[in-house]
Amino acid sequence: MTLPGFPDAAPLHGLVGGVLIGLAAALMLLGAGRIAGVSGILARGTGIASGGMARTSAWGFLVGLPLGALAIRFATDWEPARFAGWPTLVLAGLAVGFGTRLGSGCTSGHGVCGVSRLSQRSLLATATFMATGIASVSVMSLLGG
Amino acid sequence: MSLVRKLLPPLASGLLFGMGLTVSGMTNPQRVRGFLDVFGAWDPTLAFVMIGAIVVMAVAWRMQARMMKPVFGDTFSLPDRTDLDPRLLIGAAVFGIGWGIAGLCPGPAIASLALAPSAALPFVAAMLAGMLLQKITMERKVSRS
Repeated sequence: MTLPGFPDAAPLHGLVGGVLIGLAAALMLLGAGRIAGVSGILARGTGIASGGMARTSAWGFLVGLPLGALAIRFATDWEPARFAGWPTLVLAGLAVGFGTRLGSGCTSGHGVCGVSRLSQRSLLATATFMATGIASVSVMSLLGG
Repeated sequence: MSLVRKLLPPLASGLLFGMGLTVSGMTNPQRVRGFLDVFGAWDPTLAFVMIGAIVVMAVAWRMQARMMKPVFGDTFSLPDRTDLDPRLLIGAAVFGIGWGIAGLCPGPAIASLALAPSAALPFVAAMLAGMLLQKITMERKVSRS
């Protein structure tokens, strides 16, 4: 399925994947009574954050995430990924790590779990990281990056 | 709570989450940056991912409101803050800048540890460093005041 005017978009893949992510977050909420926020779970699993879910639970999620990705990659050839060079990855990783801890969440915790709950904090955070994300991509393309 | 009850629901949630991210193309940074490139060749796929995930989670929140405790746990432990503080805003802004630079946020980065370790490892290592840096600077601020 393609979207008129957007030949590269994959709306059906997006929706199906989104529903799977929603089910994952729903299972964490209704099953374990917790928010499926990846930055928070990573901080908990590594011991950077002290409160929150049991570390066993955090590691269960953190191990499941790449295994689930691998299962799809084995089942289909969808879709080859292209990454930036490692200096860019390191710079971006620092900002993502620092920012998600300071702002108490990322795309999953604020963007999916918080927005669907109409949390004002999450709505504000999501609008903010979308805006600065758009700004950084736009500035980089202006500079020819 | 038994080990199985602590481990299995988060593991299953992580598996579904990783599958969803990969099916939707969100483990490909080019697709994420394409979504943020609103002034260029915009790729709306990420919007479909968000819609799918948020609709499922909106239903889950309604179910959660009627439950006394999670299915596999003893209590719900959910964020209850409602204050909009500068940290939230600055954190989300810094996160968004990093997100835009590399096209990676914590979920896809951890999923990519299995798919493209040579690119995901430097990003995840830097992300953990950023998280630690945030923790150290906050602790300093607290001890000084």
